[in-house]
Amino acid sequence: MTASNGAYVYYPGCSLQASAHAYDISTKRVAERLNLTFNEIDDWNCCGATEFFSINALPAYSLVARNLALAAQTGGAPELVAPCSACYLNLRKTNDYMAKYKKLNQQVNQALAAGNLHYNAGSLRVRHLLDIVVQDVGYEKIGAEVTRSLQGMRVAPYYGCLIVRPDTGYNTEYPTHLDKLMTTLGATVIDFPMKTHCCGGHMTQISEAVAYELIRRILKNAADYGADAIVTLCPMCQLNLDVYQGQVNRTFGTDFNIPILYFTQLMGIAFGMTPQELGFGSEVVSADRALAQIGREEPEERERPKRKDKQALPMPALNGGGRSES
Amino acid sequence: MLYTSRKPGLYEQIMAETPGGDVLMTCLQCGTCGGSCPSGADMDATPRRLFAMLMADMDEAVLESNTPWYCVSCYYCTVRCPQAIPITDLMYTLKQKAIAAGKYHKEAHADFSGSFVGYIEQYGRSFEFGLATRFQLTHHPLKTLSKGGLGFDMLRRGRLNTTPDRIRNMPQLTAILNEAKRLAAQHGGAP
Repeated sequence: MTASNGAYVYYPGCSLQASAHAYDISTKRVAERLNLTFNEIDDWNCCGATEFFSINALPAYSLVARNLALAAQTGGAPELVAPCSACYLNLRKTNDYMAKYKKLNQQVNQALAAGNLHYNAGSLRVRHLLDIVVQDVGYEKIGAEVTRSLQGMRVAPYYGCLIVRPDTGYNTEYPTHLDKLMTTLGATVIDFPMKTHCCGGHMTQISEAVAYELIRRILKNAADYGADAIVTLCPMCQLNLDVYQGQVNRTFGTDFNIPILYFTQLMGIAFGMTPQELGFGSEVVSADRALAQIGREEPEERERPKRKDKQALPMPALNGGGRSES
Repeated sequence: MLYTSRKPGLYEQIMAETPGGDVLMTCLQCGTCGGSCPSGADMDATPRRLFAMLMADMDEAVLESNTPWYCVSCYYCTVRCPQAIPITDLMYTLKQKAIAAGKYHKEAHADFSGSFVGYIEQYGRSFEFGLATRFQLTHHPLKTLSKGGLGFDMLRRGRLNTTPDRIRNMPQLTAILNEAKRLAAQHGGAP
């Protein structure tokens, strides 16, 4: 445990209030079990996602900085935790850029002053929830809490983009901390080449052709390696892979049926909590079949995808991979 | 600033308005960015090409290109760039310039970002339900039925709030945003 004594400032973000409420519920349950105290920032505002930075940068940085200024006054500072990857990125980036670029810092603080706030750039340590879990709590302590091993369940560890890029200290393309966490819970972790590829972000709203292809690649990769579930740590990734899975199936004539679960939900299950306590049931692709795998004998190594013929180069299969016209 | 004979244009502007953006002048034109981009195949021009166009003073074509709008903000280009150019951040600046010039790509849907920001300025929080319905009804009225099915899935599972959350201290947020906008207008974009 760090000097924070298990106390953190908590920034839930807008998604956890609605589309990702299962993430919020399971985060709180797991934090409680691990003796982590999460103090929510009073009256926090939206981080602006990717949209505000597309319109006007200085107001976007100032929007995020209001949260930082309020967080610095909250019990648990200087450790600030965000479960949403996009919120995490925006909070971290604003904190880092204000510390690094003097003019930005001066202008953002001038804007904050209009609301009687001030933020000392770099004074908070912005961290993603997964980082707190694996670094501050640690695999050993988590392993000790496991009462119901996830043995038998094959999970694809999906990190998405923003907890490893642009620069967070983890390998930017092939991180393994979520893999290790899932192994600690007893699950079988598949080697997942698409683990840090993009889920499409907001492209579902802008270009379905682009978005559905990005989603398809990730689902196909997980299906090829026989995953029972994809485990995620980002509300946007969960939403795109889960809610749009049916659309992707209709577009490409595929039949993916892979539940997309938050890592906190699987931690809760391994800690002996019930699915109801952890927000299960709000996923569009039901997790029932994946949960039923738990407790089975170690599954046989499933067949790896085969090459079309022995002469062919080891390329991903292209059938069904064509872009739809829309 | 660059010691060249060229007249300063969009190239210089986006470097100045992106934190750390001046590294763009070290671009090697290696193409790692485009090769790493998950939506590169759907872009009018890859980031590498776009940067070449900027150096060639093709400002108008750059502003009208769909490239920044198809950027998914995954930061693959940024971490792979051998010159550590903040490419993703430069794409954000290009979007701002395209909006300011009124030249953005017809498929850009800058109004999606605009609606999103509108809700934040009104409530302090994002509002997925309002955003999805407003945007979809405007742009894909015929598809709204199938989208409605998708929205229904989420509503049924309690994943969409039909009324927006509103922060208590909106006057404070409004004052901050207004001051930031004033500063941005005064200084011509972010530092």
